[in-house]
Amino acid sequence: MAADVLTRAGWTVVIFEKGRNHLLDPEDLTKPSSDYSNDEIKFVDRFFLGPDPFLEPRTFRSGVEEGDHSYVGEVNSVPSTVGGGGTHADGKTPRFREDDFRLLSTYGPQPDGEVADWPLTYDDLEPFYAEVETAIGVAGTAGSNPFEAWRSGPFPMPSGAPMYGATISSAAAERLGFHPYPAPTAANSVPYDGRPACNNCGFCAYLGCPIHAKGDPVALLTRTMATGLAELRSETFVSRIRTVGRRATGVDFIGPDGIERSMDARHVIVAGGAIETPRLLLLSGIENPAIGRHLMVHYQTIVVGTMPFRVHSERGRAVTHVHDDAIVGDSESRAAARAAGLPWMRGGLVEHGGASLPIMEAKIYPWGSNHTALMKDSAMRDRLWAFIMQGEDLPYVTNTVDLDPTVRDVRGFPVARVTYRAGHHELAASAHYGPRLEAVLKDMGAQWTLLTSSPGASAHGADAAKIPESRHLMGTTRMGEDPRSSVVDPFGAVHGLDNVVVADSSVFVTSAGYGPTLTLVALAARSAAALAGRDGPG
Amino acid sequence: MPVWLTESEYRILEAACARLVPADDAFGGALEAGAADYIDAFLGAFSFDPPRIWAGGPSSGRFGGAARFGDFHRLTALDELAWRTRIEGSEGRSEREFNGPVIGLQERYRVGLAALGEEFATLSSQQQGIRLRANVEFATLVFGHVCEGMYGAPEYGGNRDLIGWKSIGFAGDVQPRGWTDAEVAGP
Repeated sequence: MAADVLTRAGWTVVIFEKGRNHLLDPEDLTKPSSDYSNDEIKFVDRFFLGPDPFLEPRTFRSGVEEGDHSYVGEVNSVPSTVGGGGTHADGKTPRFREDDFRLLSTYGPQPDGEVADWPLTYDDLEPFYAEVETAIGVAGTAGSNPFEAWRSGPFPMPSGAPMYGATISSAAAERLGFHPYPAPTAANSVPYDGRPACNNCGFCAYLGCPIHAKGDPVALLTRTMATGLAELRSETFVSRIRTVGRRATGVDFIGPDGIERSMDARHVIVAGGAIETPRLLLLSGIENPAIGRHLMVHYQTIVVGTMPFRVHSERGRAVTHVHDDAIVGDSESRAAARAAGLPWMRGGLVEHGGASLPIMEAKIYPWGSNHTALMKDSAMRDRLWAFIMQGEDLPYVTNTVDLDPTVRDVRGFPVARVTYRAGHHELAASAHYGPRLEAVLKDMGAQWTLLTSSPGASAHGADAAKIPESRHLMGTTRMGEDPRSSVVDPFGAVHGLDNVVVADSSVFVTSAGYGPTLTLVALAARSAAALAGRDGPG
Repeated sequence: MPVWLTESEYRILEAACARLVPADDAFGGALEAGAADYIDAFLGAFSFDPPRIWAGGPSSGRFGGAARFGDFHRLTALDELAWRTRIEGSEGRSEREFNGPVIGLQERYRVGLAALGEEFATLSSQQQGIRLRANVEFATLVFGHVCEGMYGAPEYGGNRDLIGWKSIGFAGDVQPRGWTDAEVAGP
């Protein structure tokens, strides 16, 4: 997004990406590629979008009492590839609500967790939300969510087809007092901006879109490359931002040939995500004790049930309906918060979804003589319906990203270490909302239901169970006016440096209960526009 | 001829596949789906050029479009380092051991199949179960690959005649046809 804004302002931009380019046609970077496919092995089992956890592992621990780390391998991987996280996401692009930017002044402090207001309001960001929705193409139905924030205009496209299971779960949720609505989704419901309408192939979450109906990120990158002002350097790892005093002078990088080189730059924009961005700042020797603090994921409350009928979740966009009730709260949730000793608590967006991928299903069942019968019965895929609540994490100073003391990546650089444990607030909100979601599944007719969470359960063993499955990663270079308590200013500029901007979800002050994508892209648009305004045309 | 396994190892692996996911009807189980061929092709992925790690896109031809899954992607030097290390092990090479030695899948299969025993295919189902449980880490590894070989795209060597997908009523890779809005929203 930042490259799009800056090239339109006439700037010359070099985009570094450590992963491969499977998004754009290598012969013509203004067009999409044909590398993506409906192939579960390639995308889920063989790391096609990267990162490969052998080449670029991360480490994890729940707390300092576990020593240097308790796990080495794949930790909260978001694609490391041209286009980044948007390539594998199913394209849910909700906006945050007005309250989300003003938690402290609206609800007050928490005993644990450093709740703060953002240094900007929803009103400040609204024009950028609208701009990004138009650029990437978001399908949605304005007015369908009674809790939605104000909008300056309609969605650029109507909502796409509802999944069969979602039509049933939405009706059940409404019977129990919830307010489901069509999820705002960056997948075309009609042909848009030269890209085709989504054809509901079902290989959506975890996989790249073979027909590029998902607008994030291909819409922005093709537009950027078409300006002729951008150069894309894939398979190129930036190892250091070079600084002299208050100024960044450029970057050190290692390209596909493995040789370390440098490039001078007037400005450096970092968009590595909430794990790799603080890692790069730390590798660069940029000093601020707040770098890497306040890592937030979304604590996921997962409720699954088996229906007495087939829901064929392999058709459609993974999730077509959501509800916000657990973010807004009600008298019951306020009573539950008081009972848990909390001044307030908030859940998160509840996604109504199913399961579509058969290899993933097959690995759930035990091996032996029942396996093929279980696959045909398909309690965990074709008859499964689920709710995932993306619960808001409070920002804790103890949940961090830093450099691992011993583990290295393939190029010899220290890898990122994640230290994360859910707090009392997240567990209390999950305990309150989980059984209520289970009741909706039962009302749908579920034969049995299961309530679990992440972190908390994993098919990969007890150590892996402590690692959050969430790919919503936020908060490690917190935004704020005060350099003593934040890393970047209200426009993403790193405190203490004149020309380094962070343009990803690292800057989030709080995590809301919504997927971060649209908000991080809107913030990047705002920060880049401010940069272009300050520094004039390229 | 197997790609990487010996004939004897291949027979043990076929028997292990048949025991892990047996046939229960006319569709067949892991043996009939060619799960052993999937695993053998994976272990021997670097016998092919390009190596058979990532099938091509955007379509297989099964629902229209060109048949492109068979055009496997070229690997970069780093991709090759990762996949050779994962399959062949680190073999004492420093560039593969930046975080310590790695035991490769080939060695795990060679040792694991030997532990199941030359006579594994001739054992009773009960005895085979005992052997597999005695080598549970290996059995778990094979089972994961069996799932991929039964329910993954056939271009990787398994899912013979699409029997994995047909047996569960799964259409597979449906691009570029996809599903109509009515097929999505209706029962």
